[in-house]
Amino acid sequence: MAPKFGVITFPGSLDDRDAQRAVRLAGGESVALWHGDHDLRQVDAIILPGGFSYGDYLRPGAIAAVSPIMAEVIDAANAGMPVLGICNGFQVLVEAHLLPGGLIRNAHQQFIRRDQKLIVENAGTDWTNEFEVGEEIIIPLKNGDGGYIANDETLKRLEGEGLIAFRYSGVNPNGSLNEIAGLTNERGNVVGLMPHPEHAVEPGFGPDTAEAMRSGLDGLRVFTSAIRALAARV
Amino acid sequence: MPTIVVDVMPKAELLDPQGKATSGALKRLGHAKIHDVRIGKRFELTVDGPITDEVRAEIRELAEHVLSNAVIEDVVNIDFGANEAAQ
Repeated sequence: MAPKFGVITFPGSLDDRDAQRAVRLAGGESVALWHGDHDLRQVDAIILPGGFSYGDYLRPGAIAAVSPIMAEVIDAANAGMPVLGICNGFQVLVEAHLLPGGLIRNAHQQFIRRDQKLIVENAGTDWTNEFEVGEEIIIPLKNGDGGYIANDETLKRLEGEGLIAFRYSGVNPNGSLNEIAGLTNERGNVVGLMPHPEHAVEPGFGPDTAEAMRSGLDGLRVFTSAIRALAARV
Repeated sequence: MPTIVVDVMPKAELLDPQGKATSGALKRLGHAKIHDVRIGKRFELTVDGPITDEVRAEIRELAEHVLSNAVIEDVVNIDFGANEAAQ
């Protein structure tokens, strides 16, 4: 049976349907979850999608981080369920303290949209096991508040313990410290990243690559990684 | 009803892009003496009933953990104001 991926819709989520589509293209079953429920509907993995939950009021991700379903998400994450936060979902994960640090307005103060090169730094997580360490991939990036920051002690720990999942390559698009694009927790089940893997899963609709326009499919392996991780647990 | 004011600022050592943009605009307007602008947030919390020690503790906790994010911001002031004197 295909593993079930719950995609949570918050008020202001934009890429929830795209994430559901990516799950299906990867071979999983997508289940729509609602922020106001206290019910994960027996899913095997959870995706917090991109967008502007609660209009980015207070701080991006801050109000979503205390929405009803997050109580169950935090418990599930701490119990080892694969949880992926994309863009606004990454912001929700840091606000919920499932990942360390914070995300602030891009250093150049502008919203950015580009097909972004990333280096895979950790291929041992539930969401990156189908990549190679050091592999360069292209994933669309689109954010206003994508500058990753943390104090020196946290940065040292992230670097020392291999908790950086993805790093920006070529250019640093938003001023993130240490070019951090995505993080994992120690256990490898919780991953958050600013770029959008769900927008690089279908030929003709992905990022431009050296081979052809809109042909990039690197994002698909984020989702197939989780399917593989779940299969390995049974 | 008593109102409590909480002021939150981006951490001094971090770039404040909003402040930087505003500072640039002020320079263009000819205000050469103003060399830095930082922009924070002011929260006004209207509370039922008297401001007891318990309420004060509750507001301090909220200010530190919900109204601000300690990674990127500091709570620079909590003003219990006239409510304090009224006790």
